[in-house]
Amino acid sequence: MTNADLTRLSAAQLADRLAAGDVSSVDATQAHLDRIAAVDDAVHAFLHVSAEEALATAREVDDRRARGEEVHALAGVPIAVKDVVVTKGLPTTAGSRILEGWVPPYDATLVERIKAAGLPILGKTNMDEFAMGSSTEHSAYGDTHNPWDLDRIPGGSGGGSAAAVAAYEAPLAIGTDTGGSIRQPAAVTGTVGVKPTYGSVSRYGLIALASSLDQAGPVTRTVLDSALLHELIGGHDPRDSTSIPEPLPSLVEAARAGASGDLTGLRVGIVTELQGEGYQAGVLARFHESLELLQQAGATLVEVSCPHFTYALAAYYLILPAEASSNLAKFDGMRFGLRVEPAQGPATAERVMAATRGQGFGDEVKRRIILGTYALSAGYYDAYYGSAQKVRTLIQRDFAAAFAQADVLVSPTAPTTAFKLGEKLDDPLAMYLNDVATIPANLAGVPGLSLPSGLSDDGLPAGFQILAPAKADDRLYRVGAALEALLEQSWEGPLLAKAPELEVAR
Amino acid sequence: MTSPTTTDLVDYDDAVARFDPVLGIEVHVELGTRTKMFDGAPAGFGEEPNTSVTPVSLGLPGSLPVVNGTAVEYAIRIGLALNCEIAQSCRFARKNYFYPDVPKNFQTSQYDEPIAHDGWVDVELEDGTTFRVEIERAHMEEDAGKNTHVGGATGRIHGAEYSLVDYNRAGIPLVEIVTRPITGAGDRAPEVARAYVQTLRDLFRALEVSEARMERGNVRADVNVSLRPTPDSPLGTRTETKNVNSFRSVERAVRYEISRQAAVLDAGGTVVQETRHWHEDTGTTTSGRIKSDAEDYRYFPEPDLVPIAPDRAWVEEIRAALPELPAARRRRLQGEWGYADAEMRDVVNAGAVELIEATTAAGASPTAARKWWMGELARTAKQQEVELADLPITPAQIGQLQGLVDSGRINDKLARQVLEGVLAGEGDPEAVVQARGLEVVSDDGPLLAAIDDALAAQPDIAEKIRGGNLGPVGAIIGAVMKATRGQADAARVRELVLERVQG
Amino acid sequence: MSSLSRDEVARVAGLARIDLTPDEIDRLAGELDVIVEAVARVSEIATPDVPATSHPLPMTNVFRADEPVAPLDRDAVLAAAPAARDGKFLVPQILGEDA
Repeated sequence: MTNADLTRLSAAQLADRLAAGDVSSVDATQAHLDRIAAVDDAVHAFLHVSAEEALATAREVDDRRARGEEVHALAGVPIAVKDVVVTKGLPTTAGSRILEGWVPPYDATLVERIKAAGLPILGKTNMDEFAMGSSTEHSAYGDTHNPWDLDRIPGGSGGGSAAAVAAYEAPLAIGTDTGGSIRQPAAVTGTVGVKPTYGSVSRYGLIALASSLDQAGPVTRTVLDSALLHELIGGHDPRDSTSIPEPLPSLVEAARAGASGDLTGLRVGIVTELQGEGYQAGVLARFHESLELLQQAGATLVEVSCPHFTYALAAYYLILPAEASSNLAKFDGMRFGLRVEPAQGPATAERVMAATRGQGFGDEVKRRIILGTYALSAGYYDAYYGSAQKVRTLIQRDFAAAFAQADVLVSPTAPTTAFKLGEKLDDPLAMYLNDVATIPANLAGVPGLSLPSGLSDDGLPAGFQILAPAKADDRLYRVGAALEALLEQSWEGPLLAKAPELEVAR
Repeated sequence: MTSPTTTDLVDYDDAVARFDPVLGIEVHVELGTRTKMFDGAPAGFGEEPNTSVTPVSLGLPGSLPVVNGTAVEYAIRIGLALNCEIAQSCRFARKNYFYPDVPKNFQTSQYDEPIAHDGWVDVELEDGTTFRVEIERAHMEEDAGKNTHVGGATGRIHGAEYSLVDYNRAGIPLVEIVTRPITGAGDRAPEVARAYVQTLRDLFRALEVSEARMERGNVRADVNVSLRPTPDSPLGTRTETKNVNSFRSVERAVRYEISRQAAVLDAGGTVVQETRHWHEDTGTTTSGRIKSDAEDYRYFPEPDLVPIAPDRAWVEEIRAALPELPAARRRRLQGEWGYADAEMRDVVNAGAVELIEATTAAGASPTAARKWWMGELARTAKQQEVELADLPITPAQIGQLQGLVDSGRINDKLARQVLEGVLAGEGDPEAVVQARGLEVVSDDGPLLAAIDDALAAQPDIAEKIRGGNLGPVGAIIGAVMKATRGQADAARVRELVLERVQG
Repeated sequence: MSSLSRDEVARVAGLARIDLTPDEIDRLAGELDVIVEAVARVSEIATPDVPATSHPLPMTNVFRADEPVAPLDRDAVLAAAPAARDGKFLVPQILGEDA
């Protein structure tokens, strides 16, 4: 098999080949590095490529396998990591100028687990600055381009990871999801993305955006790959106080079981408030076709109403900026990162902080920090942040009521397909609307998965979102795997096979 | 605006005659845990700068706090000892403000849900009066790093002024105790303030939650003072005075603020609500930053931490394990030692309770122990301007010294010389006795020789004594003591003189 | 509820220690005004009887033992600092700092 073909394998398939000894990790890793060199000038998914380190890990894994040692199922399978995750010795920017050149002295817990399992880290992927955005256009280091159409956005904030996986630059990637930043890019790039139950994957080492909403999760091309990666990075971490103490349910098992395509007995709840106005016709069409497939597989469909979901966006855009304004206070030029002295006047600590943050932060970040600071300030707390936390309670109650009627809830992942770069930059509110279907899950802490539902009328991918009760992530994988199998049957292959081939740079 | 070159003050007694002072005291205590509040960095003292930090205490991106369970236990101990309610559930909150010694630019503290609240503590004043101070709350928080300002006085060259920051202390667990307004102290307000801080310090030591040395910054006090015309008037504007680093400073700072504020009010002005800085050298306070009420801390519940809900069984376990508290201990010891109230008070005020306890454990009687510590040693400490505990002599040594007196090997006068020797660093009492040859002469021979010499020098005294006049015996004893350089047992000499003369 | 005026934006920017150009202040005032109005609707349904939720998943009493861990290597820490001297972080003079 050629090296180029190696990049077309799913992580599970590659893992099988590695285990069988058909291919070495060094070859697999090199194949992906070659692919990155070939297409990333156009796609710009990566901010940093760590070729040496990746190959060193690959060699080590090959050696261990050669010695007959037992290695993790995913050992030797390369992976890309969103640049919001702290990696020791590798630059970590969170897509911001304020962290340009910062090399962390420690690893995030999930990175420790990836390294312990022997997955070569190909590099760090592009993202909206500090994970604030839905298009990756707010990165301080340039846009990432959707492999389906290079003039279009790859989604955000984790556009880099999704694009990397969609462009076959990596079989696996890590993303983070605060309001849809894994799921929405998955939807617009025809890939799979999962936001785990809040607390099921450690946040230690994730550069914090909104502490009560952030979760790291898998970005892959198949549901099974996500399950494998989720099991690797998930589980209790004593360094994260919000980490769930119980072990994860069996996700890989659920994915394999689901792949049989039998969903008899499953109750699927269609959320009334997450479809209709603002949703592209083609997106809705693919959504309904997927519902039919679920029915054919034995599931029963039921409409559920979650009336407070209409307030979710508003609550989110109060809670997130408030927490973010506090989380981003540490970026002040005193201990690490960029330091800017004011152009004139005394260089006091206060003025250096303000100058550093004025220059180091981009527009969207400033917007949200100001909004968040305002929402928390004296006299406004009750009306804004305090109220938003109450809306959160109402949304949780909506979910609880809905899950009494259904085992999973479903909706289109995002209202539209990938829009053109630059199209929504001048209208922040319009940009925020991209997350209207994904945000409720973050507010409630419940897990969500997006898988491709098909191509919309414009020939671009749309996503199907599955939501499950907290700690029931296995349901996502069972249902997701089932739908994936049925859909791929109808497409005669994965949806990504329909994507245009990227031009390879000479 | 012109500022006066000296601050106007009203005579203290005059000020408290015409105004009613109200106090508020905030005490921060550093807990003596092995690690910091939210991470496992060692909480040592005096390490090389920035050698005891983890990503969490340095506030690096991606770091997350995890609560030190022992710190929570210590906080509950403190709350219980202060007769507080222990919260059924409490949370941490972020106090947001920018300052280079605060690595996250917010402090993780507790805001509207402290771990302990609504308590009281009785404070004993020097004259034995008890004053009850009501406690509003005690909460947990983390300490900041340490800034050292560099440059300045030598003229402003670009870049000449800067600060150096050490984050070793950042994250050390603190408990902050806040009183309700302390009213009714009247002219004894400064005393009450001092006694309160001392009481807390003693409490922390007894509870073993902190080394509690104010001079080391383990215990810090901020004092709020306001004046009002009468106890029935509404509360006046208060100032907060920081940098009060000793018990004495607490008392002096309160006194000064009362005098200063009285002068402001007398002149028809209004007291500015502000933070003031105490200056030990000048005994004054000066204006600092405007009081923190004006700063918007944007408190919100800490999302990276979950609530603490101490179950009642655990709280009762901690309560049951509380050591004997200082007030109860003092009462017990007074009973055991048989001291009168005034005597015990003096001992307490001199900070000699533990010293006497240790001295009696070393074998001396309580009376003897008190005699030494409150007598000779107290005088010496006062002369040298140090605390009793800082004298270079131990209770064990006093015990040994008293043992030598009790056995008759030395007398009181010699004992004082031995004491001098120990204080001078010459070693243990036994060693000093040997080295200086200070033992009482136990052999009658040399005594008789000295007696004979004395009698020979004053023959008419022998006549008088034989005649029944025992008064002049003292002169012979005196001569003998002189001849033996005090190393004679006066009682024995007297016996021998009488024998010699009459026998 | 309230509109985010230029002055308000400038005040909040000061609280947040972010230098904004006059253009930025203008633009932000406009954008934030729209956003604030949109989000103000949360107070409509946030009635007193509804409790606030800070944490998605209810948990309490997460503690760690009082056991030391290895601290970071100081050289590694200071290497990433914009300025350092004598083992400490060198920061610009802090206003109002007493010696």
